[in-house]
Amino acid sequence: METGPDSAPCLLEVRGISKSFGAVRALQDVDFTLRAGEIHALLGENGAGKSTLIKVVTGIFPRDAGIVRLGGVEVAPRSSKAALEAGIATVYQEVNLLPNLSVAQNLFLDRQPMRFGIVREGEMRRRANALLAGFGLDIDVAAPLGSYSVAIQHVTAIARAVDLSARVLILDEPTASLDRHEVEILFKIMRQLAGRGIGIVFVSHFLDQVYEISDRITVLRNGRLVGERETASLPRLELIRMMLGRELAETTSARASAGEHQARGVCASFKGYGKAGYVAPFDLELRHGEVVGLAGLLGSGRTETARLVFGAERSDQGQAKVEGAPARLQTPRDGVRHGFGYCPEERKTEGIVAELTVRENIVLALQAKRGLHRPLSRREQDEIAARYVKMLDIRPPDPERPVGLLSGGNQQKVLLARWLATSPRLLVLDEPTRGIDVGAHAEIIRLIRELCDDGLALLVISSELDEIVTYSDRVVVLRDRAHVEELQGEAIDVSNILAAIAADGSTIAQEGRP
Amino acid sequence: MKGLPPVLITAIVLVAGFVLCALQFPNIASTRVVCNLLTDNAFLGIVATGMTFVIISGGIDLSVGSVIGFTTVFVALAIERWGMPPLVAFVAILALSAAFGAAMGAVIHLFDLPPFIVTLAGMFLARGASFLLSTESVPITAPIYSTVSDFALRLPGGGRLTAVAIIMLVIVIGGALLLQLTRFGANVYALGGSRITASLMGVAVGKMTIRIYMLSSLLAGIAGIVFSFYTGAGYSLSAVGVELDTIAAVVIGGTLLTGGQGSVVGTFLGVLIQGLIQTYINFDGTLSSWWTKIATGVLLFAFIALQQVMIAIARRPAVRPAGATP
Repeated sequence: METGPDSAPCLLEVRGISKSFGAVRALQDVDFTLRAGEIHALLGENGAGKSTLIKVVTGIFPRDAGIVRLGGVEVAPRSSKAALEAGIATVYQEVNLLPNLSVAQNLFLDRQPMRFGIVREGEMRRRANALLAGFGLDIDVAAPLGSYSVAIQHVTAIARAVDLSARVLILDEPTASLDRHEVEILFKIMRQLAGRGIGIVFVSHFLDQVYEISDRITVLRNGRLVGERETASLPRLELIRMMLGRELAETTSARASAGEHQARGVCASFKGYGKAGYVAPFDLELRHGEVVGLAGLLGSGRTETARLVFGAERSDQGQAKVEGAPARLQTPRDGVRHGFGYCPEERKTEGIVAELTVRENIVLALQAKRGLHRPLSRREQDEIAARYVKMLDIRPPDPERPVGLLSGGNQQKVLLARWLATSPRLLVLDEPTRGIDVGAHAEIIRLIRELCDDGLALLVISSELDEIVTYSDRVVVLRDRAHVEELQGEAIDVSNILAAIAADGSTIAQEGRP
Repeated sequence: MKGLPPVLITAIVLVAGFVLCALQFPNIASTRVVCNLLTDNAFLGIVATGMTFVIISGGIDLSVGSVIGFTTVFVALAIERWGMPPLVAFVAILALSAAFGAAMGAVIHLFDLPPFIVTLAGMFLARGASFLLSTESVPITAPIYSTVSDFALRLPGGGRLTAVAIIMLVIVIGGALLLQLTRFGANVYALGGSRITASLMGVAVGKMTIRIYMLSSLLAGIAGIVFSFYTGAGYSLSAVGVELDTIAAVVIGGTLLTGGQGSVVGTFLGVLIQGLIQTYINFDGTLSSWWTKIATGVLLFAFIALQQVMIAIARRPAVRPAGATP
């Protein structure tokens, strides 16, 4: 780039935007400035107002106050279609394209090349190929989009947005479901586009990526603007302070010494436990008051182990014991009966019931455990909900709010509360911090430690090695659907885990997803 | 391109069924029987074409049977009692039914209601209105009716391709082209993929919803006129339950009931399969005609099960670790 972003003309100006949902003020007097050719990270904790800001700018939500200027001209799109026409395109985390249509149809939906009212299929495919070639993609554009990887779907979405003569491209968590290599490709494309003078808004909670790609950072907190800084001159600690509005709680020194835990009893143990073609047989001991971390690449068998332990998947070999007695764990019901809880990774599809309220979601598992003939009275429900809303600091603290309206981190807390309400002896957490911002991260980590100190046994899966190191008493490392190493005490650090994962060098290169 | 395999399966079932029937009753393999089959099912083919659009877009239209019934009564009364020229009556009823469909589409979109409920209401409304007009069967004696009934293209082998069959074929072909080749058609698939995403991608979802239900009701109106040609009368109880036969034909034709995939050609084959079963039962002579329903039911189950299997196969990740089993 020969012209720095500073000298670049102001492309998108957002001034004094406010937006309330009922009594909740989601945005208050927020300013945001995007210059041509810059990549501008928009950061903030869950519920800071990033999504609301994007939706207000792109016309999905009407705004209560403020103005938006694009290239100096005031715009007020009333729909995402109008925003697109004005030149503001958004690519969301969940790819907003249609998997059942062909790639070409997705690229040119509603603007296909026509002749006499008929779509020129050949011409459309040729243009689609040409367009994708500009992004380094050479694929069969006649095949359904759904048959391609998420990365290709993302690139297709971006290609479509850019081809719609977008001057402003908003990427909302575009890297959340991409692996390292795919992120590289995406970043290359983002730099190319910025070089062409397109202004890019990059929403992400991966701070490494923010530092790698962005020129400038705007931070929101609780619906207000905290500040706008140049990335190069903003130390990471300062950034986190801006996002959290407080010093990040000290989390690293929380690990208890190994000796303390030896005294505690074994909660559940597995011998030669496994399932052919799913996870190779493993031995695993889970003790009260202890956190066992499962580390490994995506698809290494972490989630599979968790599902076997909980009973969500049937094992076909080995033995399980709970509190020393042989146990049958072949269905989730078995798991629940033995006092196990499981927070799956896909909380939207496997966990929360979005339409039900926070209270109803929290009492769900407890009610199921008690059976339908012993209903919890409304007062009991209110008490339980109030207790966990307070204990886990669920925000907004309204037990009657549908869970679907909460931010990701708070949904995760509701899910956690649901299992805690059943007073489990073992809790399995699959990626408890995925899709959650730094603040909620630290809080969830703090919670994990606290729960553990209360005598709960925890099995936690995470891709964030720093995080696993922080809270685990033992770390089981998986590779190629087998348990390959168990680290304890002093041996637990990121480099040891990496070494165990990488022991067979060939596997690390192909970071495949299931 | 979309949903080709299910269409192929439907085609194979049709051909196999036809061959089996023809082996038992060689007369079935004649243009006469095939043409009769087309004539008998002309109204079903027309209304099923419209239903295909609705179902691919992720909706359902339960009102079509009632709209057919209303149309026959309206046309009969308009011509016989109110003295309207038949063509004027046709234009009037088509405008009326199109408006009816547009209204249902608008309600579905504006109030974000499930199509099932809205068109169920439409079903009662249209059926009730036809009873309001007349509770008894009204014969139509206008000359155009006998002219149309007598008209037919003679085919070798004694077949008579009647006017109503021709209308149906034209509509099926037109519908297939509309769905596969136009922007409207692509948007129908888009809506079935996801309404929200389609809207985010700039598809005018409201306008599309209104047009799709308008198309369905308009075709139901045409089917009603064709039905009145076929029976020569208007009766408020005609075409009761046809919406369900229609949905069955669409699903047997390989269209996904959840939307997003399907084809008009498949639907047409689905109609022919139902017609073939009816023809077989007629030829056999000893079977009750209710066996048509039983056979249709069995086929429907088979196709829904098949679709689920195909979806399951498509969803199964291809990452089963090769040779990871110890």
